[in-house]
Amino acid sequence: MTPLLKIEHLTHFFGGLRAVYDFNFEIPEGSIYGLIGPNGSGKTTIFNLITGIYDPTEGAINFQGENIKGMKSFRIVHKGIARTFQNLRIFGNLSAIDNIRIARHYTTTSSLFASILRLPSFKSEERAVKREALELLDLMHLSNRAMETAKNLPYGELRRLEIARALATKPKLILLDEPAAGMNPKEVDDLMRLISRIRDEFKVTVFLIEHHMQVIMGICEWIKVIDFGETIAEGLPDKVKNDPRVLEAYLGKRGT
Amino acid sequence: MNVRKLPRFLIAVVLFYIVVEVLYRTEILNGYLLHIINLSLIYVILATSLNLINGITGQFSLGHMGFAGVGAYVSGSLTTLILKLSVTNPASMLPFLLSIIAGGVVAAFVGFLIGFPSLRLKGDYLAIVTLGFGEIIRTIFNNIDAVGGPRGLLGIPKFSNFTVILVAAFLTVVIIRNLIESSHGRAMLSIRENELAAELVGVNTTRYKVMAFTFGAFFAGIAGGLLAHLIQLAHPTQFGFIKSVEVLIMIYAGGVGSLTGSILAAFGLTFLSEGLRLGIRALADATGLPIGGEWRMVVYALLLIFIMLFRNEGLMGMRESRIIKNVEVD
Repeated sequence: MTPLLKIEHLTHFFGGLRAVYDFNFEIPEGSIYGLIGPNGSGKTTIFNLITGIYDPTEGAINFQGENIKGMKSFRIVHKGIARTFQNLRIFGNLSAIDNIRIARHYTTTSSLFASILRLPSFKSEERAVKREALELLDLMHLSNRAMETAKNLPYGELRRLEIARALATKPKLILLDEPAAGMNPKEVDDLMRLISRIRDEFKVTVFLIEHHMQVIMGICEWIKVIDFGETIAEGLPDKVKNDPRVLEAYLGKRGT
Repeated sequence: MNVRKLPRFLIAVVLFYIVVEVLYRTEILNGYLLHIINLSLIYVILATSLNLINGITGQFSLGHMGFAGVGAYVSGSLTTLILKLSVTNPASMLPFLLSIIAGGVVAAFVGFLIGFPSLRLKGDYLAIVTLGFGEIIRTIFNNIDAVGGPRGLLGIPKFSNFTVILVAAFLTVVIIRNLIESSHGRAMLSIRENELAAELVGVNTTRYKVMAFTFGAFFAGIAGGLLAHLIQLAHPTQFGFIKSVEVLIMIYAGGVGSLTGSILAAFGLTFLSEGLRLGIRALADATGLPIGGEWRMVVYALLLIFIMLFRNEGLMGMRESRIIKNVEVD
């Protein structure tokens, strides 16, 4: 079976700085894969390369058998890849429900003409978008926040809102950049359950960056470890946990 | 009948029309005041359309009156030089309206072209580019002899009246509002809020930035055409940088991103500016102090400084009055 996402020899330079080097990865459909590594090891850069924020120096990114390298970010979203951000990027002055509705933008078909005249076709589409947005908010336990201005929501809810927004684009693959950052242990538990649920209910494949070992070991089926842009280990969570190169990258070399 | 579902904005505008007409017919309202109301309504068009670019889409245009100038000169040339329309002929109304729309369309095309630098530039840099474009447009008018050069285009027939201007302002606000309250408008709002995130939820940010400039310029062109046919003149200095800043001040005073704010500020500041002119003259007469009408600009500027100091989000912030908003779909 062809993998959903297949990355080959991905390499990226920022000027003379090598941020990612010869990164290879295959993610099968329906899985939850993790990417870990120390700070500054190039994890977010890989996400930015997949989503078209940066144009890779070298390599190929195939999504469902199609090369998406060099494609504009919004087109990559249309192909079915959504993401969240390490530092939240919420539409702060808009309501929670509008944050979701914007993510449904590219699937709406009402023309400018129909929208400006508010024709019945426009109104029925708006109704459908609103209903779906409310359903997503409900799933994220945010339905009582629908009309609230997003920037007034507490941090944990913003994280969930961002995941809901990514899901609203109807992705096949969702990239989560440190979804558990800044969450307390209970919230982390809820988040893990949520991620598993998303995979099962929305049939999305999950690729996540995380520092929380609890999350990584708890839900990831396969883990890739990078340091200075290079892969240093890969495998099942238990195996990676005890890999000497991983321990070295995180904790430093054992004194001799 | 469900009161919530009544077309509130339409009712408000019709009431406004009736009140002004009745006051004018009974001569409570003189021609001068009606003129100020007409000017205010033209500023409503200018401010709400600039708000679409600056407030809703989060771009920064400093050349808005340049677009108005295009509309004024194109429609003015059509009615005055080419079609040679006369106000006394009732059949001239339709060609006049078509000329105004033609001015808007040409302005929209210029806006479309100017929208392109906005794809690569942000904030201050974009402001400088749009300022440059505005000045280029002004300089072009200044140097075309066929439209009067530095003397301006004179003898434009006075087709603009209260009814025409009010309908134009009403349609502008309704179209921009309906745009904002649609998927297209939400795409524009998302660019203002966070351009990268907008792109990464599938919004074609390029397309919507150019669209905002095109729409904004179209309405500015309409406003420019109406202005030229109200004051019977199109002059290069009317469409310079300082005039663009005046409109910019209106949207900041009213609240960036609020159509209600732009409407209130367009009326408020136009009347304030005229009121100060009269007020200062009366003060000079009464006290014998050597102060001229131009001192109103000092008071005006001070008021703006105080608005920014004590209410820097403007009168309305990003809020919208319920009179303006559409009824949300169920």
